[in-house]
Amino acid sequence: MAESPFKADIERVQKEYSEKMTPGAIVYIPGSSVVNKTGSWRVFMPKFNKDKCVRCFLCYTLCPEPAIYLDEESYPVFDYDYCKGCGICANECPTKAIEMVRESK
Amino acid sequence: MVPLEEVTKMELPADVKKRLTLPFEEHFYAGHTACQGCGAALGLRYVLKAYGGKAIFAIPACCSTIIAGPWPYSALNAPLFHTAFETTGAVISGIEAALKAKGYKVKGEDGIMVVGWAGDGGTADIGLQALSGFLERGHDALYIMYDNEAYMNTGIQRSSSTPYGAWTTNTPGGKKHFLEQKPKKKVIDIVIAHKPAYAATASVAYPEDFMRKLKKAQTIKGPAFIQLFTPCPTGWRSPTDKSIELARLAVQTAYFPLFEYENGKYKINMPSPNKEPKPLEEYLKLQGRFKYMTKEDVEILQEWVLKEWEELKKKAELFG
Amino acid sequence: MPKKVVSGNYAAAYAAKHARVEVVAAYPITPQTSIIEKIAEFIANGEVENLQYVPVESEHSAMAACIGASATGARAFTATSAQGLALMHEMLHWAAGARLPIVMVDVNRAMAPPWSVWDDQTDSLAQRDTGWMQFYAENNQEVYDGVLMAFKIAEHEKVNLPVMVVESAFILSHTYDVVDMPEQEEIDEFLPPRKPLYTLTDFENPFSVGALGTPADYYEFRYKIAEAMEEAKKVIKEVGREYGERFGRDYSQMIELYRTDDAEIVFMGMGSLMGTVKEAVDMLRSEGYKVGAAKVRWFRPFPKEELYELAKNVEGIAVLDRNFSFGQEGILFNEAKGALYNTDAKPIMKNYIVGLGGRDLTVNDIKAITKNMKEIIEKGKLDREIEWYHLKR
Repeated sequence: MAESPFKADIERVQKEYSEKMTPGAIVYIPGSSVVNKTGSWRVFMPKFNKDKCVRCFLCYTLCPEPAIYLDEESYPVFDYDYCKGCGICANECPTKAIEMVRESK
Repeated sequence: MVPLEEVTKMELPADVKKRLTLPFEEHFYAGHTACQGCGAALGLRYVLKAYGGKAIFAIPACCSTIIAGPWPYSALNAPLFHTAFETTGAVISGIEAALKAKGYKVKGEDGIMVVGWAGDGGTADIGLQALSGFLERGHDALYIMYDNEAYMNTGIQRSSSTPYGAWTTNTPGGKKHFLEQKPKKKVIDIVIAHKPAYAATASVAYPEDFMRKLKKAQTIKGPAFIQLFTPCPTGWRSPTDKSIELARLAVQTAYFPLFEYENGKYKINMPSPNKEPKPLEEYLKLQGRFKYMTKEDVEILQEWVLKEWEELKKKAELFG
Repeated sequence: MPKKVVSGNYAAAYAAKHARVEVVAAYPITPQTSIIEKIAEFIANGEVENLQYVPVESEHSAMAACIGASATGARAFTATSAQGLALMHEMLHWAAGARLPIVMVDVNRAMAPPWSVWDDQTDSLAQRDTGWMQFYAENNQEVYDGVLMAFKIAEHEKVNLPVMVVESAFILSHTYDVVDMPEQEEIDEFLPPRKPLYTLTDFENPFSVGALGTPADYYEFRYKIAEAMEEAKKVIKEVGREYGERFGRDYSQMIELYRTDDAEIVFMGMGSLMGTVKEAVDMLRSEGYKVGAAKVRWFRPFPKEELYELAKNVEGIAVLDRNFSFGQEGILFNEAKGALYNTDAKPIMKNYIVGLGGRDLTVNDIKAITKNMKEIIEKGKLDREIEWYHLKR
């Protein structure tokens, strides 16, 4: 998945914003939300079965985070740092290649 | 597995490029605090994809205020102005006027896109005046109303866009009956009465169609309005994985038909006017908010859906 | 330098034009209408380039549109009055919080009900907590000068706060007077193009403005605004002095003092009524009374230091308020009294409520007030603290 030209640096976000109060509550590092690893919200997590995948890219298209990107062979890769476990990918996958399993922590 | 940084530099194989229906660049960052399965977050992701980095957003008080990030976080890779609840239409008018005064190119392929991204509450109710002013004055900007059918950010209160029979915290169901007795307000008809350059409805379950409409709004001169159907699992009491299915069923049952208005002509995209739409029951049974409805109530709602659908079909015939 | 005979409203419109304003979003309300009419005339006659006029559908939207325009880096201007100003109250807070240097002319008009279109200061003073700076003009020349200086002060890098230039309904807005307007080149030197603090057109480094501030952070953001207001006092004096050097009218004093050097009694007030007071002071002086006038030009930021300097040499201050805060007292009186409490300057201060809703304040009224103040000073104590002057019934 192509990354946007400005990539947020998590360390920079944490350091700079703790020292600088910007007038008007300006946020000048776009994408700084990546500091928040929403993967901790999960109850269920998507389990991917590569054999069944036909690379239709529906899961990549419909993920609201987005927490799915494509690898070099254009198979989906699930970013478990941010996946909230909503299950849309599993529900929409036409070949049922994704299964939501309860996460054991 | 390839690390994320290297994925950026990858060249997509040709057959993948053909099959990928959306632009590949991502300008919406994960880590935002939308609920699981949020339709609005998905919608915002699509808008950012369509316009790359060259859109200025004005977001009023709504769920997206929180999704876009509390200080000091921002989930968008685009300039964003948070504004007061009822002012989206006025703020995008002001931004567009300033861009014109300073000689920037607005809209068009290489121009700057000004987008107001507001919820149904901030558009159909409190923001209706500003929206009307924006449309009537003919500013070159785009107003997107994402419709999750209630004031979700303040805790699921009803708006004029809430359908008949839906539970919300201030129109709850109870032992006697439910309180939401009014049909869903047709904001799209109010907008079309202003005869804008372009008006359309869209749904997050049909992303290619939504992208096409966003591109059209970018090229057509004048005010554009898109009503986007975005399911909310939290407010609708539906399972988080069914959000896209609900958005699809809403279209297939003709509860939320997809159509466009341009140059005085209506064009229906989905569902097909020649086929019977699916029964509304399929759409309602997935949502907990409709559980207080009796059989008669469901029939009333079904009748309303079919009546509106007939009206739309006639308009498309007459002004096709 | 060219002089024009213009009304206060037209002076404001010319000042906006000479300041090379880029976006004007305004909604008509009596008695502000001739400002926006004149600006629209400039556009129709091709006298301005790059000015976008947005005829919005309410004052709330007017301020919202100005906010959007100012956030995009443009110079924004609007004008309103009484009910309109009250309607845009929410967005006044927003403009100050988002640190946008918008300039607005408020034509002081009484708040309804009962309906009144005449001069009254309650509308602008009711907005004193919003973070806007406030400048009160005594005559048409001050309206013109005020608007030009307002842009420079608001856009200063240490300030970045919006400014309200306040003029009287009908007394200034619709009466004609000679106003000296400098040449455009001189004004361009005084007021260069705006260098915004941030702009939404920055696509290399996109900003997000005005996000949610949790209790951990909100407090510091508001302190920044307070800090800017304090800085503004210095900037006001600097710009006022520069204006005097360039154009001959000095505005470096936040309180204009008129014959107060050896005065026993000083009349303090704001706006056009001080013009009458100055006339009365001359007459009273010729009759032997030792009186002076202190015209408060800038109400926000409040000139505490200058007030102290004045108050320590004076026996009595009669504060004339063309406004009232129900359940308390006249607003200027309240603020001035409070500002002197923790100092060693303790003149006798009495509040005279005058001229609400445009009732005329005459020279004879000032004479009567002088006599009243003299009695009070001789007795050494107030007869009453607040006097609703000449209440008919």
